[in-house]
Amino acid sequence: MLLYLVRRLLYVIPIGLAVSAICFSLVFLAPGDPLSAVLPADASLELIEKLKADYGFDRPIPVQFGKWVARAVQGDLGISIATGRPVNSELARAISNTFVLAFFACSFGFTLGLVLGFIAGYWNGTWLDKVVTSLAVAGVSVPHYWLGMVLVIIFSVFFNWLPATGMGAGGSSEWAWDWEHLQFVILPAVTLSVIPTAIITRTVRALVADILSREFVTALIAKGLSDRGVFWHVVKNAAPTALAVMGIQLGYLLGGSILVETVFAWPGTGFLLSVAIFQRDLPLLQGTILFLALFFVFLNLLVDMVQTLLDPRIRRT
Amino acid sequence: MSAAAVDVREAASAAPAAQFAPTQGYWRSVFSRLMRDKVTVICALVILALILMAVFAPWIAPEDPLKGSVMKRLRPIGSEGYPLGSDELGRDMLSRLIFGARLSLVMGIVPVLCALGIGGLLGITAGFHGGRVNTAIMRTVDVFYAFPSVLLAVAISGALGAGITNAILSLTIVFIPPIARVAESVTTQVRALDYVEAARASGAGNFTIIRVHILGNVMGPVFVYATSLLSVCMILAAGLSFLGLGTKPPLPEWGLMLNTLRTAIFQNPWVAALPGLMIFLVSFCFNLLSDGVRSAMDVTR
Repeated sequence: MLLYLVRRLLYVIPIGLAVSAICFSLVFLAPGDPLSAVLPADASLELIEKLKADYGFDRPIPVQFGKWVARAVQGDLGISIATGRPVNSELARAISNTFVLAFFACSFGFTLGLVLGFIAGYWNGTWLDKVVTSLAVAGVSVPHYWLGMVLVIIFSVFFNWLPATGMGAGGSSEWAWDWEHLQFVILPAVTLSVIPTAIITRTVRALVADILSREFVTALIAKGLSDRGVFWHVVKNAAPTALAVMGIQLGYLLGGSILVETVFAWPGTGFLLSVAIFQRDLPLLQGTILFLALFFVFLNLLVDMVQTLLDPRIRRT
Repeated sequence: MSAAAVDVREAASAAPAAQFAPTQGYWRSVFSRLMRDKVTVICALVILALILMAVFAPWIAPEDPLKGSVMKRLRPIGSEGYPLGSDELGRDMLSRLIFGARLSLVMGIVPVLCALGIGGLLGITAGFHGGRVNTAIMRTVDVFYAFPSVLLAVAISGALGAGITNAILSLTIVFIPPIARVAESVTTQVRALDYVEAARASGAGNFTIIRVHILGNVMGPVFVYATSLLSVCMILAAGLSFLGLGTKPPLPEWGLMLNTLRTAIFQNPWVAALPGLMIFLVSFCFNLLSDGVRSAMDVTR
């Protein structure tokens, strides 16, 4: 097992390099010159050359990639073309905002998903199960950006209970954990949690129903084990898979927050991405995508390791 | 042993032929099971109706989807001449929703079809050849798994720039890796079966083995998996347009309509929510359809 863990850890290096290569090559997908967005139409040739040299665009591509990776490893992702500030500092602020959103979305969605999934799996085949299963299908089918709009229409336009967009007065710099600010996070967090909730519900339902149909559960009940005892056995058997699904869903949630952040004008990584795309700010685009993808790689690694440690049945070599 | 065999033969010849139901083929039994599943049939009919609506849009739509009127902006649902209201430029919502089905359905279905072709080919090649070819293809595919799907789609179309072709291209790239993985694992399983070995022993070449023995067994599971991607693709495609990375205005497309109507939610909220309802409907039907096809093709049941 130790050997597997070490190999799994080392496997992150080639994957990380390949991910960086894809992020880097995004520049070459882009039509036109990345500098054309910031340069005035009548820019002199010297100015263009100087800026190219500043950003390193005048070097051969492998050299550019090598330098880019070397600097990225040290935590330097270049300078945003649009704002002129380091990509790092832009990213750091956005990440903390997205994490606030993800924290609430996960706490809400994972809890609800676990509870609903367990209910549906335990009462497998009853009307309760059918209701929950239908809700889950609706949950994976709903375009969440639209659901966000509908929630705004209901809770902001009609009832005027919750604010529609933004992060509260003072933006992200004055964020605090009080109702004044927390009310802004409710609608986007609920919207963002719908897909993970539905997927976890479906997974847990299938898991619980499967475990309960096994012979060892019948044996446990036959020997007179209390419901609570049986419940503990179900949890123990379902935990590795359920944890794995939750880990992956957290990654999808972070990577997919761009649509929800656009709807709610939430100043997180998704918002940063759309700024980068529409201002054709390639260093910012590369940096944000690199961070999100590497975080996802790291999450996958964590999930694999936790699963290996938790579940002795998985014999990995 | 031989006595038992004789018994069976005698019993068979003795019984009148009409007592034996003709054995159903696999696809026929799948189809008859599908037909008995009401939910699946209804979903299939809804999608068929929407496709017909998209094809015959010019004959069905009451108005020109591009013709606006400054005077008649944001009419509510049910107002005179505008059964579903009008949008922020005074264009008829009903007509735009009908015409919108064209681009939305194309952008939701074409990427999965392209990915099915390319990913299926890659997966079958990797699974059939094994060894280095397999490693080369599947490790490349693994790299794309390092990106959450929405992020990958946004990254590629963001770099390529807005446009229908670019959106379809980026979604195709998103769906190739998962399809290739399914195709590879099924092909690897089928390749190890005895009858493939028998075919090889009797002198069949690689191409014949793939065409006759592998393809028929691999296409089923891969096809079922691809249908489950249709609903995701529908949501993602409209999502790209919603971000401004797909269709460009003034073309009617549900995701883009949702985006341009976003500013109108304070004046006319329900009209603004209509395009999303269409996306939801299609994606919901695709999901149930895929579940139905999956359980109908499940032989073990």
